[in-house]
Amino acid sequence: MKCSNAVTVLSMALFLSACGNDDQNDAQLLGPSPSFPEPERGLLPSMKIAEPTPWGDQLPTVPQGFTVTAIATDLKIPRQTLVLPNGDILVAEGRGGNAAKLKPKDVIAGYIKAKGNTSVESGNRLTLLRDADGDGAYETQTVFADNLNAPYGLALFEGNLYVANQDALVRFDYQEGQTEASGQPTKITDLPSAINHHWTKALTISPDGRFLYVGIGSNSNITERGMEAEVDRALVWQIDAVTGAHKPYATGLRNPTALAIQPGSGQLWAVVNERDELGEDLVPDYLTSVREGGFYGWPYSYWGQNEDPRVRPQDPDKVAAAIVPDYSLGSHVAALGLDFSTEAMGAQFADGVFVGEHGSWNRKDPSGYKVIFVPFSNGRPAGQPIDFVTGFRTEDGKTRGRPVGVTVDPRGALIVADDLANTVWRITRTQ
Amino acid sequence: MTATTQRTYRRRPGPLHATLLAGTVPLFLGALLSDIAYYRSYQIQWSNFSSWLIAGGLVFCGLAVLFALANLIRATRKNGRPLLYLLLLLATWVLGFINALEHAKDAWAIMPASLVLSVIVTLLACVATWIGLTNLRSGGAA
Repeated sequence: MKCSNAVTVLSMALFLSACGNDDQNDAQLLGPSPSFPEPERGLLPSMKIAEPTPWGDQLPTVPQGFTVTAIATDLKIPRQTLVLPNGDILVAEGRGGNAAKLKPKDVIAGYIKAKGNTSVESGNRLTLLRDADGDGAYETQTVFADNLNAPYGLALFEGNLYVANQDALVRFDYQEGQTEASGQPTKITDLPSAINHHWTKALTISPDGRFLYVGIGSNSNITERGMEAEVDRALVWQIDAVTGAHKPYATGLRNPTALAIQPGSGQLWAVVNERDELGEDLVPDYLTSVREGGFYGWPYSYWGQNEDPRVRPQDPDKVAAAIVPDYSLGSHVAALGLDFSTEAMGAQFADGVFVGEHGSWNRKDPSGYKVIFVPFSNGRPAGQPIDFVTGFRTEDGKTRGRPVGVTVDPRGALIVADDLANTVWRITRTQ
Repeated sequence: MTATTQRTYRRRPGPLHATLLAGTVPLFLGALLSDIAYYRSYQIQWSNFSSWLIAGGLVFCGLAVLFALANLIRATRKNGRPLLYLLLLLATWVLGFINALEHAKDAWAIMPASLVLSVIVTLLACVATWIGLTNLRSGGAA
């Protein structure tokens, strides 16, 4: 109940109800079978933008047995990271999207939301970080490749470095030890980029290197830019790494912002950001295994067969066909990072996934703004999530950082990109 | 004699006041027609048109409210038409603003409330304009 401390924008006491939501209820909203309230939306949507503030000498909070260090600062909007075989780290930096402002609302909401983000210009580049002597300090910070177009997803397979720009999937030749790309990248295929309301192109690669999977977000919250704008959106493409031929692998995924292959099974998993403006606790963002040919509901329904009243024309057949996702992460947390853990992270965190949560805007009591660990058992999520990195918000409701991509370093560390502080954090296991 | 001339001069809104006042009608009416088109076609562009037309209507109506207020302050007889005109115009603006917020919802979430509000706001704008342009100062009979 920290209403008074935070910047509540556009809030008119007349229209908005009092501060909601206690923590004890939150557990029911997480996990494999969350409970849902009825959809609700006042005359104004709940908006709470936490004012940015510098970290200063503060650090994020990490579990006992781990230390956290900022291994790179002054980046230009770091989003996703990739740990290379020699331990170097690549950071994709940038901001995309060119969605036109269609309604007066877009002008006003865009201005308000921008207050909660960095004002740094889009880097449009890959930065390489190197810790040559292994002391934990990444003394080299250099530009690996420049002049990209809002790069986001990264993947490596045997000398091929794949980068998902906001408009195309490209490939660099990569040799171990390189600190700079040897030339311009080769385009594998264009990606849907008209409007790009949700511009991030998440990327992962099949274990045999044959197929790339690209997450392509919807072009609206809930079809308010028209159904025509949603062709080739809200889905995951499977792309042939050699020819660039592609097909929809799974659809109805509103904004699949991070993809990862489960070690062992080779199963594709995704975190997906769900729709806004249906209330504080609707609709949960989720973690799910992605079934080939599966339809996950957007825009017609959410979490299986819960029909969204805002979509016209309706499609009852699609609603009936919608798959229920595996695991609720909670509403509006804005999960943007996903990676599977390894034994090197210690017994408690060995089996499961890390999820980076950028944090909410459409909620009076902010959610997300942390990195969580979802424990797995027998290859499936099992149990409540554990906070892994917190402290991104101050006691008085300001925001120091916002986590995006999370990458497990096989040497026993988690790399977290922070696109508000323009910092990369490394959380290292010490015992 | 002088007093009578003065009264006649101020009886009707000046050109700017009249333009702002009369302009609210086609703007809110255009929004209503766009809402009907969206209701019938599901084509989102009609909803976008409607949102901007309402925004324009609020600007015109808001400025006309200021003129109406000034007119009321300067009126010798404050109750009767000058007051009625101001209240009607104010009601048009307030409901128009609520309608603007209603239109800021996504896709079909604006229906049916926005269509209903557009009908009411358009009717109010018509009545307020009618009264405003007919006779401002006199108490009705004159």
